[in-house]
Amino acid sequence: MTGEVLLSAHGLTKAYAGADGELPVLGGIDLEVRAGEVVALLGKSGSGKSTLLRCLAGLVPASSGTVAYRGEPLTGANPGTAMVFQTFALLPWLTVRQNVELGLEAKGVGRKERARAAGQAIDLIGLDGFENAYPKELSGGMRQRVGFARALVVEPDVLMMDEPFSALDVLTAENLRGELMELWESGQFPTRAVVLVTHNIEEAVLMADRVVVLGARPYGTIRSTFAVDLPRPRDRRSTGFLDLVDSVYRAMTGRPKDAPGRSVLGSTPLPSASVDGLSGLAEILARHASDRSDVADLADGLGLEVDDLLPQIDALELLGLAEVSGADLALTPLGSAFARADVQESKRLFGEAALSVPLVSLLATSLTRTPTLRRGFFRDLLSHHFTSEQVEGQLETATDWGRYGELYAYDAATATYYLPPTPPLP
Amino acid sequence: MSPLARRSRSLWTDLVVAAAVLVLGYLVLRAGKGATVNFDPADVATADTSPARLPYDAARSLLRMFAALGLSVCFTFVYAYAAAKSRRLERVLIPALDILQSVPVLGFLTVAVTGFIALFPGSVLGLECASIFAIFTSQAWNMTFSFYRTLTALPRELDEVSRSFGFTRWMRFWRVELPSGAIDLVWNAMMSFAGGWFFLVASEAISVGNRAYSLPGVGSYAGAAIAEGDLGKIGWAIATMAVMVVGVNFLFWRPLTAWVEKFKNEQSEASEVQRSVVLDLLRRANVPTAIGRWSRPLRDAVGRGARVFGRDDRPLVHDPARRRAGDLLFGAVLLALLGWGLYDLLRYLHRRTGLGVFGEPLLLGLATLARVAVVVVVATLVWVPVGVRIGFSPRLARIAQPVVQVLASFPANFLFPLAMWVFLRTGVDMNLGCVALMALGAQWYVLFNTVAGAMAIPSDLREAMDDLGVRGWQRWRRLILPGIFPAYVTGGITASGGAWNASIVSEVVTFGGTTLTATGLGAYVFRATETGDHPRLIAGVAVMSLYVVVLNRLVWRRLHGVAQRRYTL
Repeated sequence: MTGEVLLSAHGLTKAYAGADGELPVLGGIDLEVRAGEVVALLGKSGSGKSTLLRCLAGLVPASSGTVAYRGEPLTGANPGTAMVFQTFALLPWLTVRQNVELGLEAKGVGRKERARAAGQAIDLIGLDGFENAYPKELSGGMRQRVGFARALVVEPDVLMMDEPFSALDVLTAENLRGELMELWESGQFPTRAVVLVTHNIEEAVLMADRVVVLGARPYGTIRSTFAVDLPRPRDRRSTGFLDLVDSVYRAMTGRPKDAPGRSVLGSTPLPSASVDGLSGLAEILARHASDRSDVADLADGLGLEVDDLLPQIDALELLGLAEVSGADLALTPLGSAFARADVQESKRLFGEAALSVPLVSLLATSLTRTPTLRRGFFRDLLSHHFTSEQVEGQLETATDWGRYGELYAYDAATATYYLPPTPPLP
Repeated sequence: MSPLARRSRSLWTDLVVAAAVLVLGYLVLRAGKGATVNFDPADVATADTSPARLPYDAARSLLRMFAALGLSVCFTFVYAYAAAKSRRLERVLIPALDILQSVPVLGFLTVAVTGFIALFPGSVLGLECASIFAIFTSQAWNMTFSFYRTLTALPRELDEVSRSFGFTRWMRFWRVELPSGAIDLVWNAMMSFAGGWFFLVASEAISVGNRAYSLPGVGSYAGAAIAEGDLGKIGWAIATMAVMVVGVNFLFWRPLTAWVEKFKNEQSEASEVQRSVVLDLLRRANVPTAIGRWSRPLRDAVGRGARVFGRDDRPLVHDPARRRAGDLLFGAVLLALLGWGLYDLLRYLHRRTGLGVFGEPLLLGLATLARVAVVVVVATLVWVPVGVRIGFSPRLARIAQPVVQVLASFPANFLFPLAMWVFLRTGVDMNLGCVALMALGAQWYVLFNTVAGAMAIPSDLREAMDDLGVRGWQRWRRLILPGIFPAYVTGGITASGGAWNASIVSEVVTFGGTTLTATGLGAYVFRATETGDHPRLIAGVAVMSLYVVVLNRLVWRRLHGVAQRRYTL
């Protein structure tokens, strides 16, 4: 790598206020983005990848460490970056052209020059003919093109993309990715580097020169970095591509080397997976020979990306219903019984399995001592380990799992957990 | 259509639009000229009541309403912006707004009249300002709250777009923040404007400190007609009022609500849109585009000039010590001011009447509280079944909704003389009769919110109930009451607030020389105003605010919480 260093982060940490002090989201990130490269920040949800992007863009202050643009530490929004958003973030009351002109208007560029530059960007990104349309008249793909044109027209040094394709359908996303990379290769692209945030492994390998994998627990750190030197345009079927996707997948799902051996409340977050989704996945696995399938094939068969299945896979593993080995997912004996049981039996088995999950077991055992417990009690306990938003998600999943396993009941009106009355014998 | 024909049609519409603008300008000038005339305080009380004066009076009243609206919009921008942007100011401004909202508007009026007349001695302008101020106080708080909520709940990505692309603060306000809040703001303004008619009527003819003041306007015309006891002239006034309410709705609010739809933050075309004939006409005309073109250099210049407000950016580093010191200083100054103000007020009350002055209004408040409760309960029992009936029938709703909206914005105090006439004939006790007067204005809020709530119940839920044979009381208990509950609570809060406000003008009513009085806090405040008894006025208004705040905290806010948690569809 020889290009000039455009963005750099040193010892960057980010923490949000929690119950007892700070809850780290990012821990000690060192990263450089150089001219001429596309860097992908890859991680599961909760790995802090979007937060990292916003720290680099100067939108979110770092808790410690420095972020610099061309060697100058940032004091506010980064003047050398422009952002493309997952949800497009277009102003719905402005036309396509007005949206594209926004960045120039902010810089105080005159009306004539603005129109010329915006016309050029609209042309480059394939939006001509849509200049006077309002965003709501456009399809998702066209809207994201406006997002790109708006960012490119200010000719930023670094284009920041926050999951730009994940709100689009598969075909549209593929097409837009392809066109974008063609532009990048052709040298017409008015930016010198790109940072892409994604949870999609193939997308990262397809687009980036360097894939930075962020790990989630105990907090976001760089787990590993992969250089991608496959020639462009990259072929998804080539062995080089598939091998790389495989290694990245392993790096992303494997437990970090220094992970605590015992599962405790703080280190074992519940993935956001509903019981219905889990039973569905288990039943599909049970249809395969020896209850085992390659994860990529499994996702393919369902018309999903691998990363869409990650919460369900994590949950099955956490519950001891399935195991990941290499690129395969296999049901455990308990899991295979669960997949084949009738409703009452599967509820019993699920309840048993859920008791091995720290939060669920904490709820169940606390209730054997006190008949009712308020949600706030558990919220306080969890807030030592999670941000308030995460706490709600954790409790929601735990409530769902425990209710299905008939381990405890929950009354939303009074926000209390209690033990269900024992059902009368038939 | 040939280009020529097209051209001629636009020309025609342009002429109409231009003429309308011209006429509007003339009317504003003509009506405005009267507002600065010097007056001899002796003769303002006697208004000329020939019906030919009514158009001029109506124009004056309208001018007042729109001046108050303009003032409310400006206030909203400044106050809400300050509260949303400054952490320190927010802690003071928002609780203050909450209190201001609970003070009965007519309480402001009486204080304002005294203040403004002292400010502009010998000119109608003082009275004019007081009237506008009273209407303003009935509109501004709602609008400010709505805009403050928009500013603080701006979608995260819009905030990031603004900062990431280095918008100026000026651009952020006009391009991001105001458009985001436009729909809420316009609807709030429309509702507040509708409520404002009541205070317009109340503020045009008023007695303060043993002197009767009146301003040319529909309200004072009606006041004079009432004093003469001439039912025919009262009828003319009512008709004029109805034309104004409907006209403003048709020419101003409907086009505005239809136009503001473009600021909807949604990513797909709406299936049902607000429509307005007037807006369609304006859109077809060339005038708005031409104005847009001509004003472009001006807007560019303003935009360039406004760069002095700085860029929309948030510093990434804070100095915690400096911040703390600032907070402490701010808190200390605030406490000192507040303490001094309180001390001064108590000293004043102590010197004039003693603090026992609060005792009587506290007791009288119970009587008024009982009346407010009766109004809300009776309105609920009568209008909820009717509202549900209307809401469930799309055909009925189409006819009834605009009618109810006009009824709700029609100032009820206009109808008081008619009710009085009935009371006098039938000899109803005023202590009961004034409940009917209070209900005259307040009841409609219950009705139209119930209609809206019933319309919002999904028809598949109703079909499911039909399918399961859920009928009668069970249907009400399981589907209808829970379904309309959130909307009903909104209506109930407004109705109860309206009833408190109305009590000041309903507990004492005059018709052609006869005055009927009920026992209550409203009558107490009214009398204190009339005789210019400031300590009693302060005590009365303060106690009424206290009642409103306590009632809201103990009843309405809880119901609202339950509605939010359990009954949101």
